[in-house]
Amino acid sequence: MLPLPPGVPTAVPVTYYLILSAILFVIGGAGFLYRKNIITVFMSIELMLNAVNLSFVAFAYKFNKADGHIYSFFVMVVAAAEAAVGLAIILTVFKNRQTLEIDDIDSMKL
Amino acid sequence: MPTNFMPSTEEYFRILPELILTLAGVLIMFLEALRKEGQKSNAGGVTLATLVAALIAAVMAGGSPGPAFHDMVFVDGFGTFFRILVLVVGLLTVLSSQSYLERHDAQIGEYYGLLLFSLVGQSLLCVSNELMMVFIGIEISSIASYIMAGFLRDDKRNNESALKYFLLGSFATAFLLYGVAWIYGITGTTNIDGIRQALLNNLPAVPLPAVGAAAALMLVGFAFKVSAVPFQAWAPDVYQGAPAPVSAFMSAGPKAAAFAVFTRVFLTAFGPIANRWEPILWIVALATMIVGNFAALTQTNIKRMLAYSSIAHAGYVLVAIVAHSEAGTAAVMFYLASYAFMNVGAFAAIVDYSRRNEKFVNISDLAGLGQKQPFTASMMTIYMLSLIGVPLTAGFFGKFYIFKAALESDLIWLTVLGLLNSAVAAYYYLRILVVMWMHEPGEAAESAPEASFGVKAVLFGSALATLVLGILPSLVLDFANRSANIIK
Amino acid sequence: MHLWLIPILPLIGFLINGIFGKKLSKPVVNIVAIGSVLLSFAWVLKTFSGLYPLEEAHVEKYFTWISSGTFNIGFDLMIDKLNSILLLIITGVGLLIHIYATGYMAHEEGYYRFFAYLNLFMFFMLILVLGANFLLLFVGWEGVGLCSYLLIGFYFTEKFAGDAGKKAFIVNRVGDFGFALAMFLIFIQFGSLDFATAFHAAEQMPKETSCGILTGICLLLILGATGKSAQIPLYVWLPDAMAGPTPVSALIHAATMVTAGVYMVTRSHAMFNNAPIALEVLAVIGLLTAFFAATIGLAQTDIKKVFAYSTVSQLGYMFLGLGVGSYSGGVFHLMTHAFFKALLFLGAGSVIHGCHHEQEMSQMGGLMKKMPVTAITLFCAGFAIAGLPFTSGAASKDLILEAAYVHHPWMYWLGLLTAFMTAFYVFRALFWTFFGEYRGHAHPHESPISMTAPLMVLAVLSLGGGFINIPHWLESMTHEHHPHVDTLIAMLPFAAGFGGIALAYVMYVLAPGIPEQLASTFSGLYRLIYNKYFVDEAYDAAIVHPLEEGSRELLWKGVDAGIIDGVVNGAGKTSAGIGGVLRRLQSGSIRNYAAWVVAGSILVIVAIGVMGGSH
Repeated sequence: MLPLPPGVPTAVPVTYYLILSAILFVIGGAGFLYRKNIITVFMSIELMLNAVNLSFVAFAYKFNKADGHIYSFFVMVVAAAEAAVGLAIILTVFKNRQTLEIDDIDSMKL
Repeated sequence: MPTNFMPSTEEYFRILPELILTLAGVLIMFLEALRKEGQKSNAGGVTLATLVAALIAAVMAGGSPGPAFHDMVFVDGFGTFFRILVLVVGLLTVLSSQSYLERHDAQIGEYYGLLLFSLVGQSLLCVSNELMMVFIGIEISSIASYIMAGFLRDDKRNNESALKYFLLGSFATAFLLYGVAWIYGITGTTNIDGIRQALLNNLPAVPLPAVGAAAALMLVGFAFKVSAVPFQAWAPDVYQGAPAPVSAFMSAGPKAAAFAVFTRVFLTAFGPIANRWEPILWIVALATMIVGNFAALTQTNIKRMLAYSSIAHAGYVLVAIVAHSEAGTAAVMFYLASYAFMNVGAFAAIVDYSRRNEKFVNISDLAGLGQKQPFTASMMTIYMLSLIGVPLTAGFFGKFYIFKAALESDLIWLTVLGLLNSAVAAYYYLRILVVMWMHEPGEAAESAPEASFGVKAVLFGSALATLVLGILPSLVLDFANRSANIIK
Repeated sequence: MHLWLIPILPLIGFLINGIFGKKLSKPVVNIVAIGSVLLSFAWVLKTFSGLYPLEEAHVEKYFTWISSGTFNIGFDLMIDKLNSILLLIITGVGLLIHIYATGYMAHEEGYYRFFAYLNLFMFFMLILVLGANFLLLFVGWEGVGLCSYLLIGFYFTEKFAGDAGKKAFIVNRVGDFGFALAMFLIFIQFGSLDFATAFHAAEQMPKETSCGILTGICLLLILGATGKSAQIPLYVWLPDAMAGPTPVSALIHAATMVTAGVYMVTRSHAMFNNAPIALEVLAVIGLLTAFFAATIGLAQTDIKKVFAYSTVSQLGYMFLGLGVGSYSGGVFHLMTHAFFKALLFLGAGSVIHGCHHEQEMSQMGGLMKKMPVTAITLFCAGFAIAGLPFTSGAASKDLILEAAYVHHPWMYWLGLLTAFMTAFYVFRALFWTFFGEYRGHAHPHESPISMTAPLMVLAVLSLGGGFINIPHWLESMTHEHHPHVDTLIAMLPFAAGFGGIALAYVMYVLAPGIPEQLASTFSGLYRLIYNKYFVDEAYDAAIVHPLEEGSRELLWKGVDAGIIDGVVNGAGKTSAGIGGVLRRLQSGSIRNYAAWVVAGSILVIVAIGVMGGSH
């Protein structure tokens, strides 16, 4: 690796990752609120989880420790399991109602 | 790498309940796949045996308390108490499910497998000493219960219930996880005791607003799981839509486990910043009691009413957490134990009564139950009286300890408002009693089938436990007091 | 002395009749129900004579009920001068009423169930009185409320009975809330719920510090007492409770349960003595209740309703007595009232039974000849409640009025006016029922011996019960001195009693046209009191209705459309929803729920992260 000229940071500061992570998290949350297709809503949750992963990795990098990295793997595995179950549930909903509009699923209220 | 990387036998022993549950769950799934068409499933029996074995393992593990797997798990009295509680709830759920599943021609084996997996998560939650374990425990418990909520795949309400539970549950868990990430970033650890130490040792240097925000994010996740206002909206819909035995399970088991970990995390890890979260939890507790009780007043569907009632009861438990004392912790333990029995019993009463596709789940359908099925009606009466908080039932002492603890912590207004709330609550429970005993039997009661043996066993067992806890509270309370020392 | 036998015997009766009653024949049910109470009564007598004169309280500790750290409560029963009176009343009068009920309920459905509940009530009532700590008192307190609810709603086929039971239960919850809170405060303050420990600590407290906390505790206890003993503002349930069978009205809603508040206050006199403000409040509540209930009683036409309001009124007297410092007067009146009011109700029951379930007095009249025993015994009770000389009512009522005179003369005068009204409306009812011509269409007949025998016993007690010197008996406990007042002041209550009876005689026997003329002349006032000052309607409009509607409107729809619609639909789309209708908290929409999660999390983050810890 070529030495960088003095004064130029050697790496992207950790803070940037954290800010990016926060932005992704908020986008995910907003997606949940504003999107109307159940699959997109579900993807928004995945986005939030990935935002969290980014934070974990960034912090782990800062501490120079391995645990944060491992946590992100945990989260990925759990997210995969969640996706399997979630998509199955969404499928049965579609089979019964022929719709994926989230606002149509409101038969129980008050 | 530490020299003792390989866990000792003792450490495996401390998670023996989870191991037993996992193995049995996997086994059931395999057996179910191998089962021939038309062959009777014996998954129910296997599950019962498993749960009994897990209970024994939990008791034995509780006998040798200590850490396991590098402090990720810590078996103590507090955890053991809740472990036993969720396993007992699982036992009651198994007993009350059999007839329901048969009536709906459902795939029986998978259901029990899922139940066991869900219990693995809850049992793990009770003893986890580490925020990543908390996350994994919550997810294991939740993912299995998402499926259980929608277990009857062709039923529209089941679907809706599962979808709502799944989407909102994952959403709230994301908040919790984000909080975990932040607390990891601030303190460098996810160990509950470690966080406490880190906060105590560097209190001046710690960015308190950031810690507060992380605590708040985790609070969102926990408050969602225990259905505290304003994160309660999912509970009525999910409990109403899910199969009755599953609603019974969800309102008792996962809730108890979530409260256990909620209490542990906030009193232990975030104890040093209690002055930040106590005021908001004060408000949340009050709002939860009010919304739960007042919304329950006008319900017509029994399951939905019980859902709102369970929200209200979560409010009482939150009062005990706000009290932030050993007495408060013991009150949390005692209350959740008594609440589990009366609530599972109340749901179990309608498991068989509601008939296929839960045709009769309105309060008015209970008319004349006292004449037609005096046994079920009497048991239901005991639960309702206990939910009201009449003396000599578990509910009375549960509330008694909570408000006593609250007053000892100078939460005078919260106690006053809480007691007023419980006065209002009497109204809607009483309506069930009036309908059952003082109305003429309607269509539902006239055609009601005899409850199955399993359901009857659950009804009787829960009523007995409700009375025993109410008449001889010391049996449980002594243990709760001895193991309520999670505030270090 | 095995005090535990006293409550356990009725409990056994309850269990036998409750579990096997359906298969048992009526005589067996009778033997179990009456026998258990008889044995209990016998055991009270034996204990009482064994421990006489009970200078020291006799406490029996059975086992530690709850022990956790500093919080220890034993399952302890006690007997002393105060509760020995109540034990005798409860088991003695209770026995008579049980015997009476075998006749009264003979043709009712669910016969065994009725006696099972009645025995259960006896159990809780005896626990209430025997308990040596506030927690046991509270257990009994809630238990009798529950049984009262079951028994009021006994005729469950009538919707009104069910509603009345529910009303009783709910109203009592408000009172119980006060009691529960008081109990917590006592524990926090004195570290114990034991009567002996708590009262000792209360007496030892320095006056300067004790006044505030004790006043708080006592006011909360008063709230509890107003619920159970049907005082303003929580009296509304008692008149409706008359929907239950008449023996229940006599036992629970006249002789025993409703006096639990009087017992509780007297039991706690060590605290009340150091809380003068609370005592003053108690006296005013009692006096006002006595007065208002009496005015309502003037215009009622249902014979049981008249006696119900008279119960509320007489309970008011007892509280007046306690409030002006005459605990012995209050307890004395509790006892005499148990005799004559139980008799009034049982007699009314006998009339109702004889007239085939007719309760309207306009459908009675001239029953003196048809049912002489009932009539004569009822008149004995009437003389007692009117306070004629040498009857039991005179002895106790005069004691209270004299103490009131010493305390504040205006209380005496208002009490005197109430006594006049009491005599008037009770005898109005009696003359209306027993004199003149029969106006109904049934064939009235005298009741069987099982019903008339208890009436005769109670008649004797009503007339002669005043010679039991309760004030002297309680002297060593309450340490009160009995004031001496002018002979005139002491004699005026007699005059009020005679005057009321005379007026009733004139208006309902000599010139029966007067009441109608009066009612039409003062039609507004008449309607007002006939409708009980519209208090029920006011409560309904002010509390019950808003509670139900409020939960519907405010909690579910009252969420500002701006916030939630805005979050969910985005700016500009707000009005595109369901045209101005407010979104609901529980709309069923997932995105709406998620919006709550987001809004809540922002709130929590701001509260804990930014604002938290600032104070």
